[in-house]
Amino acid sequence: MTTTSIKVIETPLVLFTLRRADDAVILGHRLSEWCGHAPTMEEDMALANMGLDLLGQARSLYSYAAETEDGGHDEDDLAYLRDAPQFQNLLLLEQPNGDFAVTIVRQFLYAAYVDPWWRAMMASTDPTLAAIAAKAEKETAYHLRHAAEWLIRLGDGTAESHRRAQEALDQLWPYVGEMFEPGDEAGLVAAGIAADPAALRPAFDATVASVLDQATLRPPASAWAQRGGRQGRHSEHLGFLLAEMQHLQRSHPGAMW
Amino acid sequence: MTEQRTPLWEVFIRSRNGLAHKHAGSVHAADAEMALQAARDVYTRRGEGLSLWVVPSDAITASDPADKGMLFEPTSSKIYRHPTFYKVPDDVGHM
Repeated sequence: MTTTSIKVIETPLVLFTLRRADDAVILGHRLSEWCGHAPTMEEDMALANMGLDLLGQARSLYSYAAETEDGGHDEDDLAYLRDAPQFQNLLLLEQPNGDFAVTIVRQFLYAAYVDPWWRAMMASTDPTLAAIAAKAEKETAYHLRHAAEWLIRLGDGTAESHRRAQEALDQLWPYVGEMFEPGDEAGLVAAGIAADPAALRPAFDATVASVLDQATLRPPASAWAQRGGRQGRHSEHLGFLLAEMQHLQRSHPGAMW
Repeated sequence: MTEQRTPLWEVFIRSRNGLAHKHAGSVHAADAEMALQAARDVYTRRGEGLSLWVVPSDAITASDPADKGMLFEPTSSKIYRHPTFYKVPDDVGHM
């Protein structure tokens, strides 16, 4: 590691945009880890496709954050030259891929939250964010359908797939609460720039209830929420992910191919 | 535990309005809905499609390659079935 980290001037809008870019790049990287390892060729491509959708969203958001910050950084600096405590992605998204059930449950919980969120963001008073939302929503709508169909078949499949799906759900459920916390973004919500996450919870709950019912899975009873991602307090997994994701740019600054 | 084989599906894509669906390849999937998703993910990554069909591969009845001579060779001598066989009078112009 030869390149030092950058310091970002975090205005509320920069921070808001960076957080969503971090969400997209971290989950996109996790999905890319399946490349060449997925259970079937069809799923290998499906997961890579979704990873690329997320990478595209991350690029748009990082570029906008860099432009808004006006601190001489670009999208690559923001993705590759910040350290784990500066990343403010949701904790759910940095969780390891686990088995296929864990990956599908993680994808389902995030898509069930973020697809309505992007739809609400299409009405943002910030025209750039509204335009990114219009593109992202079509992508996340498919992510939601893909993950929901798989979850239904895993849950309502064999005894083994049901057991694994239920375990994945129980394992990841504590990370749901963080998605709906208003945090320090109330000002942006009031200005009509940001969608109010709390208002999206009923839609999320309805989607989850319907899919879990079809999947014959039991909704976890605990409402306890693990938090910290939006403040840069992460699980031990993010550092390893960043070490791999940032290695090349840190070792060979500005490398292109 | 008995291992069940995942069914095979043939994928057809219509690339534009007004064109016919064309065979693109095949995917493995547990049921029709998942086959459509797999077809979308494998065969429409570069804007190839406006519409997708998936058909269970075992629903297709294929001609036997051994019957090739009987089925297809007799037509090779029927050149009068091609429009180019016929002379068009000059005063007809372009057809």
